[in-house]
Amino acid sequence: MTGIQILFIVNALVIIFSAVMTVTARHMIHAALWFVLALLGVAVVYAMLEAGFFAVVQVLIYVGAIAILIIFAVMLTRRALEDQEKPFNRASLVTLLIVGIVFVGLILSIRFWPLLQSTTVPLSPDQLTVGTLGLALTDPQQFALPFEVTSILLLAAMIGAIYIAHERKEKGK
Amino acid sequence: MSFIQDPIPWVIHWLETLLIGWGLSESLTQVVLFVLGAGLISVGAMFFTTMLIWAERKIGGRFQDRLGPNRVGPWGIFQTFADMLKIFTKEYINPVGVDKVPFNLAPVLSVAAVLAIWSVIPFSQTVFGTDISVGLLIIIAVGGLGEMAIILAGFGSNNKYALLGAFRAVAQLISYEVPLVIVLLIPVMFSGSMGLNDIVAAQKIPFIIYAPVACVIFFICSIAENGRAPFDLIEADSELVAGYNIEYSGLKFGMFFVADFLHAFTSAIVFTTIFLGGWQGPGVEEMPVLGGFYLLLKTLVVYFMMLAIRFTVPRFRIDQMMALNWKVLTPLSLVAVLVTAVVDKSIPQGNSLFRIAALLVANLILWLVADRMITAFRKRHPVQVVSNKRPLARPERLPAGGEGISQ
Repeated sequence: MTGIQILFIVNALVIIFSAVMTVTARHMIHAALWFVLALLGVAVVYAMLEAGFFAVVQVLIYVGAIAILIIFAVMLTRRALEDQEKPFNRASLVTLLIVGIVFVGLILSIRFWPLLQSTTVPLSPDQLTVGTLGLALTDPQQFALPFEVTSILLLAAMIGAIYIAHERKEKGK
Repeated sequence: MSFIQDPIPWVIHWLETLLIGWGLSESLTQVVLFVLGAGLISVGAMFFTTMLIWAERKIGGRFQDRLGPNRVGPWGIFQTFADMLKIFTKEYINPVGVDKVPFNLAPVLSVAAVLAIWSVIPFSQTVFGTDISVGLLIIIAVGGLGEMAIILAGFGSNNKYALLGAFRAVAQLISYEVPLVIVLLIPVMFSGSMGLNDIVAAQKIPFIIYAPVACVIFFICSIAENGRAPFDLIEADSELVAGYNIEYSGLKFGMFFVADFLHAFTSAIVFTTIFLGGWQGPGVEEMPVLGGFYLLLKTLVVYFMMLAIRFTVPRFRIDQMMALNWKVLTPLSLVAVLVTAVVDKSIPQGNSLFRIAALLVANLILWLVADRMITAFRKRHPVQVVSNKRPLARPERLPAGGEGISQ
C-alpha cells in the first residue's frame, strides 16, 4: 500500500464519518460544521486527483461561500444557540429503504459503466491548466451552450433575489 | 549557482545531497524538505510579526504625536517580547457553556488561514513554496477559511456579543471580497495566468501603471479585509465590547492578535506581488537574491501606507462602509474589468508605450466619470453631518417664575 492509498482511505473515512454526523447531529450548527468538514474532505480528494483548480474552487465556493451562507441562515432563522432537536422523524425507516435502494442501484450502474472497465491514462500537465478549461467553456463545439444557459439561470436567480429583497417605496411619496 | 547569488536554493541543494547521502529515498527527501521549508516559513513569519507589532506601535505613536513603546530595550524594541511572555503566562479561562471544539479550533484556524497564503508567494525568482497554476484562487479561498474561524469563534463562545461581532465581521469580509475578486481578474488578464510566479514574471512594468484604478480598489479592499481603520468595525470596541474574540484569554487571544497583524503584512505582500511587480527590479537576473530585498522593500512601503491610513483616518459608520462597497467599489470594479479588457484587446499589440498610454487614459476617464457621478449623487442627496441647533441652558432662557428649579 502506497502513501497515497493510505491518505485516500483516511480521507474517505473522514468524509463518510462527517457526512454521517451531519445527518445525525442533534445541534443544527454542529451539523453545518460537520458538513464543512465533509466538503473539505472532498477538496482533498480533488487535490489527490491532481485537479488543483477544482480543489481550490471547492474550498472557495463551498467552504467560503455556501457553508457560511448555510450557517448564517441557520443562525438567523432559528434559535440556533439553544435548539436541540431530534434529527429524525417517523418516516426515517421508509427513507432509509428508499435511499438504500437508490444507493445500490447507483453502485451497480456505475460498476457496469463501460468507461470504468478500462484504465484511463492520466492527463498530461499541459491539459490540466485553467486555460484548457476556459477554452472548453467558451468553445461553441464543446460547452459554450451549457455555460451560457447556466449564466442566464444564475442571472435570473440574482435578479429574483434582488427583487425579493428590494424595499418598495410606499405609494404617494 | 553560487552561494552569494542565490543562497536559499544553494542551501536546499546542499541539504538534498546530504539527505540522499544518508540513504534517504528521493521522494522522502522531497517530503522532508517541504516540511522543513513550511516550518521555517511559518516560524519566520510569526517571528517577523513580533517585530512588526513593535514597528506598528512605534510608527502609530509617532503618527498620533505620542512616543509609542519606549521602556523595554532601546527604543522599546523588546516591548513585544515582554508582551509575549505576559500572554504566555496568562491563565486560560474557559467560560461556562462554550462549545469546546469550535472554541479551541477558531484561533488556530485564523492563524493557519493567513499562513497558508505564504505557501504560494514567490519571495524571489527561485524561492517560493509551490508554483501552482491557481495561486490567486488559493489566496481568496483561504480567506474563506479565515471567515470560518471568525464564525467558529463567535458561535463557540456562547455569548451574544461575540455572535453579533462575528456576524458583523463576516458580513464585512464577504462584502469586500466581491470587488477584490473582480479586480483580481485584471492582473490575470494581463499575465494570462493565475499562478503568482507567472504574474510576477509578466510585470517587467508593474501592473499599477497599466491599471491604477484596479490597484486602488484592491488596496482599499485589502485594508477592509484586514478589518483595520477606517474599516475597523470588526473590532468596534465602543459597540460590541471587542467583537468576536471577547471570550478568549491568554494565548488563544494572542493567536487572534497575531493573525490580525500577520494578515495586514500578508496583504501588503500580496498587493506587492500582484500590482507592484513582486521581486522584479534592476539586476535580479544575475543576482536572484536581490529579488527578495526588492519584495521586502516594496512590501514595507505598502505596509507603511496602510499604517498611515490606519492611524490618521477616522472610522466609517457601518452603513457608510457598506455603501462604499456596494455602491462605489463593486460597480467601479465591474466597469474597470470591462474597460480594461476592451481597451487592451482593441489596441495593436507589440507597442508597450502605446498600450500603457491607452490604458492610462482609459483609467483616467473611468476615474473622472466615477468621481463626477459620486459628486452628482452627493449633490442630490446631501448628507447632514451636523445636527440641528439645540437650545442652551442659560439663566435668561429659563421659563418665567423659575418653576421647576429646586431651591
